[in-house]
Amino acid sequence: MTAFFQGLGLPFEGAWLLSTVIGILVICLPVMLAVAMIIYADRKIWAAMALRRGPNVVGPFGLLQSFADGLKVFLQETIIPSAANKTLFLIAPIITFTVALMAWAVVPFQVGVVLANINVGLLYILAISSLGVYGVVLSGWASNSKYPFYSAIRASAQMISYEVSIGFILITVVLWAGSFNLTQIVESQKAYYGFLNGNGFNPLLFPMAIMFLISAMAETARAPFDLTEAESELVAGYQTEYSSMAFALFWLGEYANVILMCALNAILFWGGYLPPVDWAPLYYVPGIIWLFAKILFFFFVFSWVKATVPRYRYDQLMRLGWKIFLPTSLFFVFLVSGFLMLTRYGGAQ
Amino acid sequence: MSDYLEKLDHVTDAADPTFGDTEIQNYTINFGPQHPAAHGVLRLVMELDGEIVERCDPHVGLLHRGTEKLIEYKTYMQALPYFDRLDYCSPLGMEHSYVLAVEKLLNLEVPLRAQYLRVFFAELTRICNHMLNLGSHVMDVGAMTPNLWLFEIREDCLNFFERASGARMHSAYFRPGGVHQDVPLKLLTDIAEWLDTRLPRLFEDAMSLVVDNRIFKQRNVDISVVSKEDALKWGFSGPMLRGSGIAWDIRKAQPYDVYDRMDFDIPVGTQYDCYDRFMVRVEEVRQSARIMKQCLNEMPEGPIASFDRKVVPPKRGEMKRSMEALIHHFKLYTEGFHVPAGEVYVATESPKGEFGVYLVSDGSNKPYRCKIRPTAFSHLQAMDFMMKGHMLADTTAVLGAMDIVFGECDR
Repeated sequence: MTAFFQGLGLPFEGAWLLSTVIGILVICLPVMLAVAMIIYADRKIWAAMALRRGPNVVGPFGLLQSFADGLKVFLQETIIPSAANKTLFLIAPIITFTVALMAWAVVPFQVGVVLANINVGLLYILAISSLGVYGVVLSGWASNSKYPFYSAIRASAQMISYEVSIGFILITVVLWAGSFNLTQIVESQKAYYGFLNGNGFNPLLFPMAIMFLISAMAETARAPFDLTEAESELVAGYQTEYSSMAFALFWLGEYANVILMCALNAILFWGGYLPPVDWAPLYYVPGIIWLFAKILFFFFVFSWVKATVPRYRYDQLMRLGWKIFLPTSLFFVFLVSGFLMLTRYGGAQ
Repeated sequence: MSDYLEKLDHVTDAADPTFGDTEIQNYTINFGPQHPAAHGVLRLVMELDGEIVERCDPHVGLLHRGTEKLIEYKTYMQALPYFDRLDYCSPLGMEHSYVLAVEKLLNLEVPLRAQYLRVFFAELTRICNHMLNLGSHVMDVGAMTPNLWLFEIREDCLNFFERASGARMHSAYFRPGGVHQDVPLKLLTDIAEWLDTRLPRLFEDAMSLVVDNRIFKQRNVDISVVSKEDALKWGFSGPMLRGSGIAWDIRKAQPYDVYDRMDFDIPVGTQYDCYDRFMVRVEEVRQSARIMKQCLNEMPEGPIASFDRKVVPPKRGEMKRSMEALIHHFKLYTEGFHVPAGEVYVATESPKGEFGVYLVSDGSNKPYRCKIRPTAFSHLQAMDFMMKGHMLADTTAVLGAMDIVFGECDR
């Protein structure tokens, strides 16, 4: 696109800036729309499992519910507690929201269709998702209230401990693909056994796919790991003191993160924009549709889990993270690298 | 090593305060009264060391409505609906104690059909109550869905109450001398069908999602273990006591109405923890269904209230023909009936435990004193004992397994 703007007579810098801004908008606006619809889908799935109807009043089948909610919170007053640290209190939701959108820069929607095709895409995502915890921690601290503070402590412990195992899980994928670039990771998943696309079909990586799914739930603080906003313990966790748009930013950021994690699931283990089966006619379907279908599937799994399981206790969550996930993922890093050393890289020399 | 110790000495001798001198204070937190898991208006002042509960101080009384005092200014009949409003999750269980207490003072004989109807609806109340409690217990530990599945059953129960008495929750169905009105045969057959089809299907379905769930077990097993001795010392009753392994059930120990004719089992816990309390209630639902089926099989035809016209008002049709009946009706609905002087304590096995009514009569038409023994109050006093050393998240599991309702606790 830069070339297109250069062709219109713009200098390279201007053309690059313009095309990047357009690229950001082209990604962010659909993501925001997807967040709105996925909140609706979440509520509908949850309602169906709980024998309820879910939102069904605003628009046909309640499709416009999220937009109505958005309008409502937009018109509300932003209440800032008098004891709160005003600046941090307002910056926190902005951090959560921005960071949730930033990670999308490296997500490939098709071969070559990616905003920033950087060669350390996965590291970028790790870095960005680590930043996400700042929003929660800052909001918990800045609220100057006890329940949010507890939530902030829990959030920092939880996200850090699961990021460690997520890191190791990603390393197994990176080892297998031989690259940090997300597009190359997707391309490396082509044609397992000659016809299946996806690392998940690799017996060495399949356990990692499951663990990544679970870690992703913990990382995004979805049930059964929703300790940070555990209603029956911490009221609303770090969001307790928030209202209006500040609250909505948390809400949107959280769901944008969930979609991102679903997308990562699809990209790292289930072939991203590739069709699940390596069969020529399936490649006529645009890659973004495959990616989107996979995201939706994983989101359904997220909602399903949310609707059916109770919540872990803080110490149990930590135990799962450090005593089960960390050793297992570490073991698999060893296993995968050993396997690759024996096979791909020439065996024992 | 000695060098190190010397250095250490040097550090402690220093005049300026170091890390070790900083006094770490516990975090005090208000759990409620506007907390989503506070089961109404409970306020727990908790002292937390990290997430560990060091002290847990329940503050009650926020829903105090002066029920006992109000009852002293009402006739015996007018006092009855107040009992519905005590434990609003199991209204008929509350009425049962009061009605039995008044009958005991009056020395009134109750027809057999009325006794069966009372037992029948008391057990339906138990199912209704346990649906709410099991559901909210599950919700307190974080699972949202089973609660709504159980509400489906609760909704059925409330519909049955409505068809029997006209009111969904505050039925005022049990009356001194019997019950308010007879039930249509269709209602009984409908409930019989419900007991055989819908109840087991919905209930076992919801329970299959919970009872063997790993996370649910992790959250409840070994949480706040109360030994038999402690359970007795703290004055536990009902499922809390049975969860601690003591097979005490007033329905068996001191049978009232026709419970002595009923064949049912008392489930008891073996590990004395929150999970046992939960499972005791689960089994009680099944036993209640069993009792209800026996009632349906054995229930005789006949009057549903005593013929003592000094206590039980006559039927409307009778009033049209008999002058005496009209007078009785007028007297009963203006002045009410007089109860011989005396005092009595009657306790029944309400769904939450021993619910007692201590009634003192001075021979007039109003109770001189009506002391209510709530179940939640004696359970809540053990909160500190049960919570000590557990984590913040366990509070909700313990509260859920306690089954407290503040209408009853605060009166």
